[in-house]
Amino acid sequence: MTRPSAPVPKTATEPQSSASASASASASASASASATPLLEVRDIRKTYHLPRGQTLKAVDGVSLSVMPGEVLGLVGESGSGKSTLGRCLLRLTDVSSGQIVFEGQDITHLGERAMRPLRQRMQMVFQDSYASLNPRRRIGDLLAEPLRVHPGPDGRKRSHAAITARLHELMELVSLPLSALERYAHEFSGGQRQRINIARALALSPRLIVADEPVSALDVSVQAQIVNLFTDLQTRLGLTYVFVAHDLAVVRQISTRVAVMYLGVVVELGETDAVLHHPAHPYTAALTAAVPRPEVGAPRAAPLGGDIPSPIARPAGCRFHTRCPAAQERCKVEDPALRPVSQGHFVACHFPLTDD
Amino acid sequence: MPAEAPPAPAAPLLVVRDLCVRVPSRGRMIPLVDRVSFTLGEQDILGLVGESGSGKSVTAMALMGLIDSPGVQITGSALFRGQELVGLPQKQLRRLRGREIAMIFQDPMTAFTPVYTIGWQIDEQIRAHERLSRKQARNRTVDLLAAMGVPDPAQTANRYPHQLSGGLRQRAMIAMALSCNPALLIADEPTTALDVTVQAQILELIRSLRSTYGSSVLLITHDMGVVAETCDTTLVLYSGRVAETGPTDALFAHPGHPYTAALLASIPPLEGPRPERLPAIAGAPPAPLERPEGCAFAPRCSYVHAPCLHAPPPPLVPTGRYASAPRRAEADTQAVPLPAPDNTPRPGNLSHGSPAVQARSEPASLRAAQFAACVLPAEGTPLPPRLKDTAPGPGTPDAIGHAPPPRPPSPSSTIGEPHL
Repeated sequence: MTRPSAPVPKTATEPQSSASASASASASASASASATPLLEVRDIRKTYHLPRGQTLKAVDGVSLSVMPGEVLGLVGESGSGKSTLGRCLLRLTDVSSGQIVFEGQDITHLGERAMRPLRQRMQMVFQDSYASLNPRRRIGDLLAEPLRVHPGPDGRKRSHAAITARLHELMELVSLPLSALERYAHEFSGGQRQRINIARALALSPRLIVADEPVSALDVSVQAQIVNLFTDLQTRLGLTYVFVAHDLAVVRQISTRVAVMYLGVVVELGETDAVLHHPAHPYTAALTAAVPRPEVGAPRAAPLGGDIPSPIARPAGCRFHTRCPAAQERCKVEDPALRPVSQGHFVACHFPLTDD
Repeated sequence: MPAEAPPAPAAPLLVVRDLCVRVPSRGRMIPLVDRVSFTLGEQDILGLVGESGSGKSVTAMALMGLIDSPGVQITGSALFRGQELVGLPQKQLRRLRGREIAMIFQDPMTAFTPVYTIGWQIDEQIRAHERLSRKQARNRTVDLLAAMGVPDPAQTANRYPHQLSGGLRQRAMIAMALSCNPALLIADEPTTALDVTVQAQILELIRSLRSTYGSSVLLITHDMGVVAETCDTTLVLYSGRVAETGPTDALFAHPGHPYTAALLASIPPLEGPRPERLPAIAGAPPAPLERPEGCAFAPRCSYVHAPCLHAPPPPLVPTGRYASAPRRAEADTQAVPLPAPDNTPRPGNLSHGSPAVQARSEPASLRAAQFAACVLPAEGTPLPPRLKDTAPGPGTPDAIGHAPPPRPPSPSSTIGEPHL
């Protein structure tokens, strides 16, 4: 039996200081909001071919950019393609067409070997905190693996002491006791397991984290803790998030900008409160109205009828016209393109809503 | 008979008293549900809220007689129209289940059999309880599906569960539950697996059931928003015990238990200013084996002090805006400065005989209907009302000056969870 973490080594402070220095450097870089996006996707599509010649267009032409230091919230109902898009951004799923540019480099067709050094700078946190952790390995072992696989900042293999020091630093970042490193995944509650997943994503000091529904499996009282942890880590380490979630209130809490997806496309994109409080797309309006407020007697709009159509047989014209309360003839034939309604606020609708 | 008009609100539909469900573990009996009591009136909607492990589903399963693990001990009383459900033989329970009490589950995919059409499954339930021909049963099935808002009900009845969307499956599930016109519908997280737009449709459907079918609903959920929109009365469970109970409007306006207050405060707001950080509750609910001696919420509570830790957990005491009823007896109802006007019926609230509604039209002094299992109200230092517009929720210790010594203001939300 080999135990990955020995007693606390004396050298623990040194790599810690260098790590925090690099963290603050990237934080200041994000503060000066450079004009070059950290991640940019242009017209990406992901098509799955099904039996009997059917095709499922999970992502059907999405273009967006993620600026360093911002949090982009991806919202939409199940089947809207938000998770597929999240996976495509990190090339965990290969796109069918389009272009993905990370830190100025086109990574769309990079091979696995060429991708590997880049993987250090982009990480993912998944919804199911239990399924993401190998139940037969200790947490310390799980967290050490990326540190063993990837070389250190000096290009050489990390030493055992450096790895241990980094593990301790990670536990401190996610507020777990050091004893957690010796335990197994099943010994933790859901919130703690999600902390471990976040720690693993942070292990290699990434710049970008794609979090796919990271809090939706958690209880309300624990959910707030993890949302706060995401916020704290972002300010502390200057991280950039793509935050995929269906809970609008959580997305609002954490996001700088929000992209609303419906059947594989972005139908509205803009600053969080501009989109959620002054929605221009009828779908966004219906989505925000449908969220039950924890207030008795809160005004209630008539719910949107029907279900999200199957992505296999998506409606012609505007994808939303089958459920849209304001659909007109034009919507049934012409697919609206994403266009600006105001500074930084885009909508894909022929008849966008206005405030008055 | 459920079809007849309820004669008077005098006899509530379901009276649960001191319901306990204990399971054997390591030579001890561990209570999963610990002395839960509530009353559900005719055509009432009662919300059972709590986090996972709080015992809300176990309570429902116990009422339905669906718990039969070896060694489980169910005690207490649950009177359904005067009939004791606890300890009722399976044979008699089978006559009640489906006909008088029906249940819908979170995941309609696993609740239906995948190998039969949904129409077949609904027909079967109707024919199990009533002497009807196949054709009559199918006609009722199609009518029910239509009433639940299923498009093209005759065709849909011939479909298999996997051919339907989640929202349609849940509608079919509700149609099946209502097929014998039950007096009580137990809905266990009926909308948790659904998208918000579909959730809104299903909640509207559930709200309409009492006027169209005269059903009472026991709604189990973890979502405070769903409760606020749907339920007349709310029961908050924490770690197997009732933390607080009361009329939904009173409970949301003036939570009496710190857990209720903190839970409400930790929900990120969709409107208004965005807080820098959410007022989260530190730690996680205790596992039944590790439940503390006194108040189960004490290790996570901002108001914890010595009496909270003593052995018998605090009993339910009157709380909320009507807690100090004697002093306010002479005061007029209008003097109570609260946003919710008392005599305004809530939209969709058509039941006149329900105790909850009746309670609302009585004078304030008679309405000490809100109870919290907390020492604060008894000590004369209840929580401040939860007001919509004050930015930091009432869960924050600095919100009141006269509170017992609050816990040191730890960076609560980032601290490790205690029972590690």
